[in-house]
Amino acid sequence: MAYTYFPGCCMHGFARHCQDSLYAVFNALGLELRELKDWNCCGATSYIAVDEYQAFTLAARNLALAEQAGLEVVAPCNACFMVLKKAQDYLARYSNLRERIEAALARGGLQYSGTVQVRHPLEIVIEKIGIKALREKVKRPLKGWNVAPYYGCLLTRPYTLRNGMTLEAFDQLIPALGANLVDFELKDRCCGGSLTGTIEEVGDRLVYILLHEAKRHNADVLVTVCPLCQLNVETHQKQFIRRDREDVNIPVPYFTQLIGLALGIPEKDLGLDRLLVPLDRVLEEHPAELRAAA
Amino acid sequence: MSPSFQPSVKYQKQLKRDLAAEILATPGGEKIYSCLQCGTCGGSCPLSGYMDFTPRQLIGMVREGFKQEVIESFSIWLCASCYECTVRCPAGIHVTDVMYALKRVAIREGIYPRRFPVPVLAKEFMRMLKSTGRTNEFWLAFKMLVKTTPLKLLTMWPLGLQMLRRGRLCLTFNRIPKPAGESLRQMLESVGERQ
Ligand code: SF4
Ligand code: SF4
Repeated sequence: MAYTYFPGCCMHGFARHCQDSLYAVFNALGLELRELKDWNCCGATSYIAVDEYQAFTLAARNLALAEQAGLEVVAPCNACFMVLKKAQDYLARYSNLRERIEAALARGGLQYSGTVQVRHPLEIVIEKIGIKALREKVKRPLKGWNVAPYYGCLLTRPYTLRNGMTLEAFDQLIPALGANLVDFELKDRCCGGSLTGTIEEVGDRLVYILLHEAKRHNADVLVTVCPLCQLNVETHQKQFIRRDREDVNIPVPYFTQLIGLALGIPEKDLGLDRLLVPLDRVLEEHPAELRAAA
Repeated sequence: MSPSFQPSVKYQKQLKRDLAAEILATPGGEKIYSCLQCGTCGGSCPLSGYMDFTPRQLIGMVREGFKQEVIESFSIWLCASCYECTVRCPAGIHVTDVMYALKRVAIREGIYPRRFPVPVLAKEFMRMLKSTGRTNEFWLAFKMLVKTTPLKLLTMWPLGLQMLRRGRLCLTFNRIPKPAGESLRQMLESVGERQ
C-alpha cells in the first residue's frame, strides 16, 4: 500500500526522530510513504488567528496537490491532520468560503474537488495491519513496561475517527506490543499547544498535570502520537524537577518509536538517541527478551 | 482591603453590534444566537480556570454588544484550540472558531499589550510562512522571544543546546521550491484580507 506523506514542518525540524521511526516502521510493515511534492505549511492553529481565508487557502493547496497524487494522505502531526480535515469539511459546508478558496487555487492552476482522505498514521497501522497481525510481528515484546497512551486533542476533536475507530481501539496497540496498558483518563486532554511558549505559566501547568497524573498511575512511558505534544511534554520536565522538586521524569516517545522497538528495528533507525528524556532507564530495567516472530 | 462595589452600566448607544455581525459571518459562528448560555463550553475548557470571562460569557457579551470588554479580555488569548467546547456545545456553535475570530479582531485593531507573545507569534508565523511557504520552529521561537521577552533567551539556551546536540535544532529554513512558493504567494494575495 502506498500513501501520500504530508510531513508538516515539525517532521522536517525538531521531530526528525518521529519521522525516522515512522519511515522505519511503515517500511517494515510494507506500507510506502511518498512525500507530497511542494507541500506547504498547513497553517496550524496560528495562521487562522490572523487571517481565516488565507489559512483555508494554505490547507486547500495541500489538498489540491494531494488530489493530483490520488492516494490517501498520511499526516503524522495532530495539528496538520485536523487542519486538513477541517478545511475539507468547511469547504464542503460553506459555499462562499469554497468559492473564494477555489478562485485562489485557480490562480495557481490548481483545483480541489473534495476527494482526498486524510489519515493519521496510527489509524493506518490499526486498520491496515491490525492488532492481531501486529502482535504476531513483535520480536522484542516490551514485557513489563507500563505504558500510558497520550493522544492529545486534535486526533479525535473536532472530528471523530473514520470507520468507527475509537481511542479505546487504539489503546490495544500497547498490549499488542507486549506492554501493560496504563488506564490514563487524561489521554485526550490538552497539552497546552503553543501556550507553553507564549503564556508559559499556564501552558506549563497543563503539561504538569499530564506528567503528574502519568506518574501517579505508575506509567514508565507516556506514548504520544503528535510531534507537538511530544515536544511539549518532553521539554518541560526538567524545570518541574528542578523548581518543584517533583520527580516527573518520564520518557515520551512517538508511537512509531515504540512499535519499531517491539518489531526489533535497530534503535539507531528509530531516532531513540534524539529523545530529550531517553528510554535508557526503562530499557535497562526490562532487558530484551527476544522471540522469534510468528 | 474591603471590596468596592462599582456597578458598570452600559446604555444602548454605547453597545457595538458590529462584532456580533462579524462573528455571524464567520464559518462556525453563525449560530451564536442559538446559544443556550448553558456553560458546557466553559465547563469543558481546560483553560477556563485562568480566564477572566468564560467562553459562555464571551458569547453572551458578543451578542449583547459588549465589544470592548470582549476584545480586551485575556480569555481570547488563552484558547489553546483544543476543541473541547466545540464538540460538546449542544447548540452546534463552533466556539473554537469564535475564539479565533475574536483573536483576529483584536489583532486587526491592535488591542493587546505591547510585547504580548500570542499575537506576536501569530504574526511572525504568518510572515515566515509567506516568505518560505513553511515554518521553522527554532527561528519562530527566537523571533518571538526577541520581540517579547528577550531576557528569556538567556534562560532558554540550555534547552537549545540539548536540541542541537540531538540534531533536532534546524537552523536552515525549509523552503518550498521557488516556482511553487511564488504561486503560493499569489494565491494568498488573491484570496485577500477580509473584506
Ligand atoms: S456550550 Fe454552546 S450553547 Fe452552551 S454556553 Fe457554550 S456556546 Fe452556548
Ligand atoms: S478550544 Fe479554546 S475555548 Fe474551547 S475548550 Fe479549548 S481552550 Fe477552551
